[in-house]
Amino acid sequence: MAQAQRLIRERIGSVIDLFATPLTASHYVELVNPLWSSRRLQARVEDVWDETSDARTITLKPGRNWRSHRAGQHIRVGVPIDGMQYTRTYSLSSTPERGDGRITITVKVLEGGRMSGHLVRNLRSGTYLPIGLPQGDFRLPEAMPMLPLFITGGSGITPVMSMLRTYAAVGNVPDVVHVHYAPHEYDVIFGSELRQLAGRYPSLYHLHTVYTRELGEERSSDRHFSPEQLEDLCPDWREREIWACGPQSLLDAVEATAGAAGRARHFHVERFRAALAPLGADVTGGTVAFRQAGKSVVVDADGSTPLLRVAEDAGLNPPHGCRMGICHTCDIPLLSGQVRDLRTGAVAGEPGQRIQTCVSAAAGSCELQL
Amino acid sequence: MPIPLPVEISEEALDELGRELDHIYDSTIADLGAADERYIRRLIKAQRSLALGSRLVMLAGAAVRGRARQPSPGRRASSRMIGGVSMIGLGVAKIVENMEIGHNVMHGQWDWMRDPDINSVTWEWDNVCPSDQWKHGHNVVHHTWTNVMGKDRDIGYEIMRVTPKQPWNPVYLAQPVYNTLLGWLFEWGVGVHETDFNKLLKGTAQDRADQLQSLKATGAKAARQVAKDYVLWPALAGSAFVSVLVPNVGANLIRNLWSYMIIFCGHFPQGVYVFDEADVEGETRARWYVRQLLGSANIKGGAAFHLLSGNLDHQIEHHLFPDMPSNRYQRVAPRVKALCSRYGLPYNSASLSRQFGTTTLKIWRYSLPGGTDVSIDRDRVAS
Repeated sequence: MAQAQRLIRERIGSVIDLFATPLTASHYVELVNPLWSSRRLQARVEDVWDETSDARTITLKPGRNWRSHRAGQHIRVGVPIDGMQYTRTYSLSSTPERGDGRITITVKVLEGGRMSGHLVRNLRSGTYLPIGLPQGDFRLPEAMPMLPLFITGGSGITPVMSMLRTYAAVGNVPDVVHVHYAPHEYDVIFGSELRQLAGRYPSLYHLHTVYTRELGEERSSDRHFSPEQLEDLCPDWREREIWACGPQSLLDAVEATAGAAGRARHFHVERFRAALAPLGADVTGGTVAFRQAGKSVVVDADGSTPLLRVAEDAGLNPPHGCRMGICHTCDIPLLSGQVRDLRTGAVAGEPGQRIQTCVSAAAGSCELQL
Repeated sequence: MPIPLPVEISEEALDELGRELDHIYDSTIADLGAADERYIRRLIKAQRSLALGSRLVMLAGAAVRGRARQPSPGRRASSRMIGGVSMIGLGVAKIVENMEIGHNVMHGQWDWMRDPDINSVTWEWDNVCPSDQWKHGHNVVHHTWTNVMGKDRDIGYEIMRVTPKQPWNPVYLAQPVYNTLLGWLFEWGVGVHETDFNKLLKGTAQDRADQLQSLKATGAKAARQVAKDYVLWPALAGSAFVSVLVPNVGANLIRNLWSYMIIFCGHFPQGVYVFDEADVEGETRARWYVRQLLGSANIKGGAAFHLLSGNLDHQIEHHLFPDMPSNRYQRVAPRVKALCSRYGLPYNSASLSRQFGTTTLKIWRYSLPGGTDVSIDRDRVAS
């Protein structure tokens, strides 16, 4: 029944689209309100709220095609900076139980982070941002009894905040131990809300905040995660499901500890994307992987041969035209890694970005979609 | 043999010219930013609003006429006036979509924004010619081989003699007539241009199959375009079908005649050079630039003219830098012009009446055998 209805709706939609060809009716509906789009999910920035001096919560109203997330999941968010679109992934910090159809992400400024800096410092209410649907396996299992141990560091608290808020909203809080690391007390994102939760559920929600630096001291103190510290804060950790999110070093340490205790299967982790290492001027060439449906071809390339030539020499037949960088027939998406424009020397490394293979060479190893 | 030049320029100086043009391109691309993004986004929004608004006004005009078989003269007059205004509105919307937005987006001028919607790969324009056919025939063939005899299929569009280099044929006697016809039906000319009728009729089995496929693709796109403009929207007016059909036909004709005129001024006016295949063998980047410069012509005009011509009134700049966002041509034009005067190279820029006038005169003159044209004295060419 529902399927038949959807089919009828689609038929009607495609007839209406004929009035808008070569575009779709949605292109014109978006002129009135971008959130009514049926082809491209966008969200409107409703509110911005500073959590700490360098972290901000952004409240978004997603468009018509949104479907609710599970606590712990993340979304892709696109932002134009200087006219160019950048896409990053952020965990949702709001609970899906929130009744007003809004979602929040909480962003902390990363050192040298172009996008996080823009989101925290410049983003204004009323802006429309392209977003993706919720994704990710770092989420609470539904209706499964378990004792969670949350280990979070810095802005790694965001997916766990969504889980905690969901427990509180549903009113079904299990026995939770939460160890959170932050440099100082004033750096704790959601600090007062966490303390409130601890006050409301004193026997269920056990919060331990660990400050890794003394006030005014710049060097890290010896308060980072260690097996002894864990033993001390949560003696029954071997009986718990561990959920960890935070900086790479923290996650590596927790993973090693869990693994050593044979708890690897009970360890869930959400890693932030590793930042790209700055490319030295001398880095040229690398391994190039051309991905095609069903197969991929991996070859070595130097830093001066156009990738189009590299592909052809490897026996592939990629699209091409003028071979001098003017017609854009040979453009294909970059999946990972970086390439250098042979005309300008400019390096491109934004995943998903289309690059001109006839005038670009490998800058280190990279992966391309054919 | 490299292309002959109208003035003597040493090989070193030529390379320097190439580097200076590279610099104009690089510095402009490096400067692209939020203002350029705002320009194209606002333009697309305004264009779509104008198109939709014009269509709604068109329907309102039909409603004013009413259902009566013999409407009062007053009603009929105001219905016609509303129809006329909405026809011009839709015509302008189609011109802007095809020229300043579609043509330029399909060149990859806005790919740098990384917006999946405003991208040369995904853009489909409001024209019977499918975008992928256009991108091959125009971006690849025409822009790479600009004005090279035997390579560039845009020299006379394979049906007209626009330079004495083309051998005369009795068919050309009729070209003043079918040139006019092409103007009125320009969209359809563009739609079938990528199909090679020689191959379709006389080629190998593979050639015939390929050409038939390209013709079918045009047919499929054309069917949707025709259904939209000449069936679906008029049908919304019910019995006043014709009062919506007529302004739709008019809007497409306005777009056809206007784009025909602007595009014919790009490479056919007096003073534009045509090259031989042998001229471009082993062509350097610098000589490629000079060929684009000698093979293109600009039209003088103001801001509205820039927009309505899709900035093809800066045809020279467009051919030097085909993937530079078109809103920038106006700003780089004085730099290109200054370079030309420094090197003594011609910069063919004149009024619309001069450029279109000489183009039309050429088409009439070269329908007859013989004729002379601007040509390069090969004896004077520096070796």
